[in-house]
Amino acid sequence: MNDLIVKLISRLLIPFIQLYGIYIILHGHLSFGGGFSGGALVGSSLMLYAIIFGLKESEKKLPHSVSQFIESFGVLAYIIIGFIGMILVGSFLSNKSAGFSLGEFGTLFSAGMIPLLTLAIGIKVASTMITLLQRLLKEDSHD
Amino acid sequence: MSKKIIIAILFILFVVLSISIIRMPDIGGESNPAYNDVTNYYIDNSREETGSMNIIAAIITDYRAFDTLGETTVLFSSIIAVFSVLSMKGDKHE
Repeated sequence: MNDLIVKLISRLLIPFIQLYGIYIILHGHLSFGGGFSGGALVGSSLMLYAIIFGLKESEKKLPHSVSQFIESFGVLAYIIIGFIGMILVGSFLSNKSAGFSLGEFGTLFSAGMIPLLTLAIGIKVASTMITLLQRLLKEDSHD
Repeated sequence: MSKKIIIAILFILFVVLSISIIRMPDIGGESNPAYNDVTNYYIDNSREETGSMNIIAAIITDYRAFDTLGETTVLFSSIIAVFSVLSMKGDKHE
């Protein structure tokens, strides 16, 4: 898209959208939202960048090799966190009994493995959205 | 003949569904079947057991974390399916 106003405004807005998305992911155990909604926000900001500035610029910021790695890392991190509980206590995805520190109620570093799982889900959702869009744009530019 | 049977079956279905709609509990009513022991258990114990302020997060990533793992796997497999379909090199001169 070759429009000056759209480019300027989106360049201004994208950092704020990403900041809000990261805030929602990190505060998933304290306030509303969580991995899926925060990841959708971060992913949609990356999609906005890809639509406005084109596939080439988008792949310069986030190459396909990196996004593919992040993609698999999200699910893998979730399963590894689950296996920590399995090795220590014997049940998959156990939180308190596996020795995750619950911390002080209501602070950012609390609730044991819940923030870690939320982070893994957020990374997964964001990378899924941007990888899908990049793939579709690439397919379009081939023909 | 078959048209009459279809109309009769549809009418019976209509009556059954109408009765079940009339007998539905009020939205947010206390006699709602969704307010059972499980709900009370989550409200009473999620703070001590998970330490999470957000009960919904406690449910989806602690009590039912296995379900969320399934959801993430669905995302993963869906993108693998899209990739494998889009990167197929089919015969274009057909």
